[in-house]
Amino acid sequence: MITVLQRRRVMNFVAFAASGVATAIGLAVLVAILWTLLSRGLGALSLDVFRQSTPAPGSSGGLANAIFGSVLMTLIGILIGAPIGLLSGTYLAEYGRGSRLATVVRFINDVLLSAPSIIIGLFVYTLLVVRMGRFSAIAGAVSLALIAMPVMVRSTEDMLNLVPRSLREGSAAMGAQPWRTILRIVFPAARSGLLTGLLLSVARISGETAPLLFTALNNQFWSGDLTRPMANLPVVIFQFAMSPYDDWQKLAWVGAVLITLFVLLLSILARAIASMFGQHSQTGE
Amino acid sequence: MLFRTATLVSVLMVLALLAGVILSLIYGAWPALRTFGLSFITREKWNPVTEIFGAAGPLYGTLVTSVIALLIAVPLSFGIAVFLTETCPRWLRGPISGGIELLASIPSIVYGIWGLFVMAPILQHSVQPWLIDHLGPLPLIGPLFRGPPFGIGLLTAGVVLAIMVLPFISSVMREVFRMAPTSLKEAAYGLGATQWNVVWQVVLPWSRAGVIGGIMLGLGRALGETMAVTFVIGNAHRINLSLLAPATTISAAIANEFSEAVGDLYTSALFYLGLLLFVLTFGVIALARLLLLRLERAGAGRV
Repeated sequence: MITVLQRRRVMNFVAFAASGVATAIGLAVLVAILWTLLSRGLGALSLDVFRQSTPAPGSSGGLANAIFGSVLMTLIGILIGAPIGLLSGTYLAEYGRGSRLATVVRFINDVLLSAPSIIIGLFVYTLLVVRMGRFSAIAGAVSLALIAMPVMVRSTEDMLNLVPRSLREGSAAMGAQPWRTILRIVFPAARSGLLTGLLLSVARISGETAPLLFTALNNQFWSGDLTRPMANLPVVIFQFAMSPYDDWQKLAWVGAVLITLFVLLLSILARAIASMFGQHSQTGE
Repeated sequence: MLFRTATLVSVLMVLALLAGVILSLIYGAWPALRTFGLSFITREKWNPVTEIFGAAGPLYGTLVTSVIALLIAVPLSFGIAVFLTETCPRWLRGPISGGIELLASIPSIVYGIWGLFVMAPILQHSVQPWLIDHLGPLPLIGPLFRGPPFGIGLLTAGVVLAIMVLPFISSVMREVFRMAPTSLKEAAYGLGATQWNVVWQVVLPWSRAGVIGGIMLGLGRALGETMAVTFVIGNAHRINLSLLAPATTISAAIANEFSEAVGDLYTSALFYLGLLLFVLTFGVIALARLLLLRLERAGAGRV
């Protein structure tokens, strides 16, 4: 005879065991992905990967042009997207607090944050590729900038909100204009938080593939010309992985390992900085 | 004053981005909109040669893969959120939640290549034959699991999507569970409730709106996810009842065909697909944000 009490206890145990299993499954998938990447990609990793350009099928080569293109486009993307994001986030947290405009923009930015990146690609295609008459690296960089921007807006606003009001009031009481308070007091106080946001936006766009398919496209050769198609790691991985050639597939794995390690490293670094910042803001007040 | 103007201009650029996206999609889709009208949505045919296009196939694939993803990801995310807020020892909480969140930072193309070369063969050789043998003969759900095990197709795409949205849903759930008032939980414990009773009958009902918001946020991601799906979906523009058959989704169709599309109408049909995807995801994400916003006003902090 099972009593109600026993049944509730068993139910309690079963439910929490199941929740443990769910967590184990989530972590197992992470380990499985990393394991596959390391075992397939690290083996084929060599210095030639960084020295030679993408090969024709059947010959040996590397990813040098794709790595260069990815770094360049990510850099330009961040240089365009981050300042706009920083300023918008500043408006939302400082000037526009509680205003109707800020509420609307905050909402739209949250939607943009989760909107499909392929749609941004179509937008930049219409905006730049059709006008210029060809695919180009600058179009790729702009689409990356548009994806980085909402990330930066959100993190900037969140981080500035962590800075205590009293600091701003103190600065205002000393006679400082709002812009001076923001630039000299609020930004420095939120320094590491802003850096975290920046790192997260770089992480977000450096593996982005879909919008590059119709903007930067790809290039078999080394190119530094921003007005022409440029090779980049994500599109090369896509093209090479889907190809029937064995050596192309190997290079695709190498590319996947490089991107993943870079992005994971950035995320972990961002997290470490953020947790340091969190402790400061708790003890700071 | 100058600085203030600069921030204002930046904010307006965020608005302009959304307006630009909408306008460019409508502009690009215009020829197809004029030619096919709304019948585009229900037509299954996709023929670049005769220039007859319909969105029913990709639309079906998008919805089905997203539903599969949610069916798998929601229970798992709930389990993870419960484990992290209730059972997990404090010192393990950071590393485990960090590990789950790392899943979110892995680029989607990596999920694609992993899904194609690792996950698809596993599903093809062990999971799918079992499904065909055991679920295929059943009435009602049987037709979903018939036909040869291709490895790539709706089911595989759904599983990969599930892994990708898992960290987003579980982190929202964890945040809203944490917001549940301690006094409520203590009152339930005082009545003799077990820990599970408290989670299921007190915390979950209290945070319902937030949980639904989190799930919708995951749905929004699943609907629009491109690269991971493109690798494992098989790119076939027809509606097949079997979940094991190759199919396509809106985003996969655009990614696969856009740079090869010849003719204005073909390109325009792909823009039309993009417009549909935008309307779909915008609706879902906006609803999710509104739900979360409501909870945020009741509680504290932003999710």
